[in-house]
Amino acid sequence: MSSKRSADQLQSTPAQSTELLQELVAHLRQNRTQLREEWANRIAEARLLTAMTKDELFAEATSVYDNYVEALATGTFEALQSYARNLSERIIPRGVETHEVVGIVLLLRDVLARSLFAKYQGDFTMLNRILDAYEPAANRIANTVAVGFVQERERVIRQQQEAIRELSTPVLQVRERLLILPIIGVIDAQRARQLTEQLLRGIRTNRAKVVVIDITGVAAMDATVANHLVQTVEASRLLGATVIVTGLSPEIAQTIVTIGVDLGKMNTVGDLQGGIEQAERLLGYKVVPVADTASS
Amino acid sequence: MEVPILKQGRFLIATIQAALSDADLVQLRRALIDKVIHFRSNGVIVDVTALDVMDSFATRTLRDITNVIRLRGAETVIVGIQPEVAFTMVQLGLTMEGVATALDLEEGLAHLQQRAARST
Amino acid sequence: MPVLQDILVGIRSDVDIVLARQQGRAMAASIGFSATDATLIATAISELARNIVTYARHGEVMMRGEETTHTKGIVIIARDSGPGIRNIHDVLRDGYSTSGGLGLGLPGVRRLMDEFVIESELQQGTTVTVKKWLK
Repeated sequence: MSSKRSADQLQSTPAQSTELLQELVAHLRQNRTQLREEWANRIAEARLLTAMTKDELFAEATSVYDNYVEALATGTFEALQSYARNLSERIIPRGVETHEVVGIVLLLRDVLARSLFAKYQGDFTMLNRILDAYEPAANRIANTVAVGFVQERERVIRQQQEAIRELSTPVLQVRERLLILPIIGVIDAQRARQLTEQLLRGIRTNRAKVVVIDITGVAAMDATVANHLVQTVEASRLLGATVIVTGLSPEIAQTIVTIGVDLGKMNTVGDLQGGIEQAERLLGYKVVPVADTASS
Repeated sequence: MEVPILKQGRFLIATIQAALSDADLVQLRRALIDKVIHFRSNGVIVDVTALDVMDSFATRTLRDITNVIRLRGAETVIVGIQPEVAFTMVQLGLTMEGVATALDLEEGLAHLQQRAARST
Repeated sequence: MPVLQDILVGIRSDVDIVLARQQGRAMAASIGFSATDATLIATAISELARNIVTYARHGEVMMRGEETTHTKGIVIIARDSGPGIRNIHDVLRDGYSTSGGLGLGLPGVRRLMDEFVIESELQQGTTVTVKKWLK
């Protein structure tokens, strides 16, 4: 069978295209039950959506089928987009993966295409016309659903990453009105910003008057990190909290000064212990060494 | 909309609402000065808890208020800056140097009282 | 998700500044920005709108949602047909100050947003376009 077509015979005008689409939509609606079942079987055969029960699969298959045909009928894709996002929101927590979603939509496309072949097999001209109308629309549908799913997945992943970052940056309340923020590891712009936001919220929630930020564990101190640190100190002050920065080695202090940050504005103490003691003094606690006089 | 100013002993408390226009801020400044003089107040608290945006004009005006009221021997404390607002301010470079800040009304009053106790 | 309409706020007085930033915050929130980012956006709008009132007497702030293949964001265009800016490099320099205060606040606005474009012509007016994207 030659795939070459002669222009005038086989191509449709836009008006004819719409008419053809309506005809095929009617066909798809008439044969809905049978086609939907065929599709569900193919999904099971391909071992897709194994995370879902048979009933769930059937329910979703019905929705997808109807939305698919509706998109073909109306030629508009907003409703399909909403449905795709909605569907994704529901199935992503169930562990459904991208290849499964793309897979089932392509299977539906195939099932419907085969059905068209079967119906129009006697009339090659008509079949070509119908496919001309069907293919672009079907491909657009597959695209819309796949993209919708991927976008939703990316949104979920972003959320999860945010949650992980938050967990890995504990703001500790050790005493009333005193918070400690040990910063460990690599600080990029996003993490720095998240640290600051978390600290400020912590100051508010715990009504902290003093915050000790310990940077002993910070991997690398450069202008960006130094600036973020200064910003955190300033923002904390706006909430009425004093910040003590500890863990500042002489080398790092030198780096910061060289960068141009005014260390005079920052309250710095050598080590965390010293920082906490100073914080307690600021808060009016008496610092009493724990009975080590006995051993000296 | 006029900012309500309450008198509490030797202190004045101005509570700002969210939709604060420039004109409101200017009016607040005038009203505070008048009242500080009239009541011979020791301290002023400006509560910005409800303020969802603090831009350069607001910051500048609050600094002005602080400076002018200081000339009258009274101290101003800005209280209630929201975490998101504080974050934005430092990003914008608005630090309000020279202006005392506290977490909330309670802390602000404590600050003023401590200061009053020290100076007697 | 409903399609967001463009919002156009005429800026004539300080009251309009409040309106513009309230609208901006609401739009930012519906696009999906966090509370902090919504505050950043509202504050940037406040600064831009205030510049219009101070230097051009009147103008407009337009805001709309925008979508790319990877993400979504907000676009804000602050436009006036005022006197224009003589030296753009000056006003973009940190620390530059006019009218006795913090100047136009443009360096700050640029820091808050992801994209920043300013066009100005003497006697014609100024247009500042800023964008911020969801990350």
